Amino acid sequence: MSTAQALSVRGLAKRFGALVVAQEIDLDLAPGARVALIGPNGAGKTTFVNLLTGFLEPDGGRIELSGESLQGLRPEQRVRRGLVRTHQINQLLADNTARDNLAIAIAERDRHAWRLFRFGRQWGRCREEAQQRLEEMETAATADRRVLELPYGEQRLLEIAIALSLRPRVLLLDEPAAGVPSHETEVIHQALDRLPADIAILIIEHHMGVVFRFAREIVVLAQGRVLARGSPAAISADPRVRAVYLGKSPV
Amino acid sequence: MRRARVVAAIGHVLPWAIAVAYFFAAPADLDFGTQVVIWVLFAMSLDLALGYAGILTLGQAAFFGLGAYTAGLFAIHLSPDPLLGHLAAVGVTALFGTLTGAMILHTTGVTLLMLTLAIVSVLSQYANQATDLTGGDNGLQGIRLDPIFGVFEFNIFGRTAYFYALVVLFGWFVLAWRIVHSPFGRSLDGIRQNPHRMRAIGTPVWWRLLAIYTISAAMAGSAGAVSAHATRFVGLSVLDLLTSGTVTVALILGGTRRLYGGFIGATIYLVVQDYSAKISPFLWEFVVGGLLIATVLLLQGGLLDLGPAVLRLRDRWQAGQRK
Repeated sequence: MSTAQALSVRGLAKRFGALVVAQEIDLDLAPGARVALIGPNGAGKTTFVNLLTGFLEPDGGRIELSGESLQGLRPEQRVRRGLVRTHQINQLLADNTARDNLAIAIAERDRHAWRLFRFGRQWGRCREEAQQRLEEMETAATADRRVLELPYGEQRLLEIAIALSLRPRVLLLDEPAAGVPSHETEVIHQALDRLPADIAILIIEHHMGVVFRFAREIVVLAQGRVLARGSPAAISADPRVRAVYLGKSPV
Repeated sequence: MRRARVVAAIGHVLPWAIAVAYFFAAPADLDFGTQVVIWVLFAMSLDLALGYAGILTLGQAAFFGLGAYTAGLFAIHLSPDPLLGHLAAVGVTALFGTLTGAMILHTTGVTLLMLTLAIVSVLSQYANQATDLTGGDNGLQGIRLDPIFGVFEFNIFGRTAYFYALVVLFGWFVLAWRIVHSPFGRSLDGIRQNPHRMRAIGTPVWWRLLAIYTISAAMAGSAGAVSAHATRFVGLSVLDLLTSGTVTVALILGGTRRLYGGFIGATIYLVVQDYSAKISPFLWEFVVGGLLIATVLLLQGGLLDLGPAVLRLRDRWQAGQRK
């Protein structure tokens, strides 16, 4: 197995009783990779993400992050090693401001939790960095507003900003454009275009517009297996893919 | 901004000033004052677990009772030194909090609530059955204490007990204030709102909850120890479910997540109980119940929200006048 990969998955398997939800899945993400994971509903995309992030324990196979095995590590430990995800449904602290949502993540990244004394200055720095990151996302205007008051598109951007603030090596984007009204999707697209080039990114997406614009490689999952993989052009021409997936929901 | 600061400063000084003034103003009622201080501390311990971290518990009496029995038994069997006894009670309840917390904090919601109920019920039954140790129904009697620092004697006037309770409360308050404003406290606030989000940014949620549960347990145990020392008696009621319920009502009445909520909630609860009970033994529950319903329905932040709520009403009324 190559240690040069940011993320390397071999033979990943998971079954719930008789139901096989992941079988012999292999996947490599090099640093800077832009890979899309697609597949019809029930193909096992969410299961795959849960296996990677540690919310589910696989029955077999290996997951390595920069050559280190993630076996037995809890989700938060994987995050601390650089495997970070965003959520299909926003998971934000609704009562806090956008800036504080980010600052809390930054404080966690920098392990400030157990400072019971003189934490004021560190917290100030966390908030400064949060402000800076909001500016990079071009959403600084939302900094002082509580998350539950933000438009959905802004919340999606905040999800991405939080994930980036954790300095990931591998970023899993779970349907970043899900639920965003069409007039706001362009903002999400631009944010995706601006993601740092050195981060390996796996995007799970239904929206083919996003997939073909963003991904350099596409992996198609069906019934828990990798059905096909290749360049966007090759995938869109693949008759098997058309049969299980694209045929049912035209591009 | 300056005005807000002045208001905040007054808000900080006022409760403590009242507490000290009470000592001089009501020398005959210091026992009552001591009870209030103990319950303020008890409510504050619950605020950390329930208010800030969102740990749904009705088992806080387990720690209060365990602290009281530990302090009482320590004084009878090991040493009459009140400070050593207090430390022992804090240590034992912290340990008990860690152990029980480790068993139950992976659960949430009703499951967690039931488990906390189970723990306090088990302790209560044990204390009831182990009459040789606890005195059972008769309570733990014969507690004798040395003077604090060899100087301040516990006596019927209750002066020592009152200041002892107040100093203990102040110490815990300073710690609690630091905790809730620290990054640790902010992470607890995040865990209460969305544990999934916190795990996704790398927060070890279970450990954080265990930490605050342990601190909360130690604080409640400390309140129990002060209770045992102040009254030189421990009755079975300290482990009663009703004790858990009472402290919850006191906290919600005053307002959660403010630290000062317990101050006002426990005070009002005990004062209303005291005054109403003098008129009719059944009246006080009626009054407290009515007060609780009114508070929950009208003031989301508890009685501490009364001032701001009145100001909002005034602003709205004035805005209406201008139209």
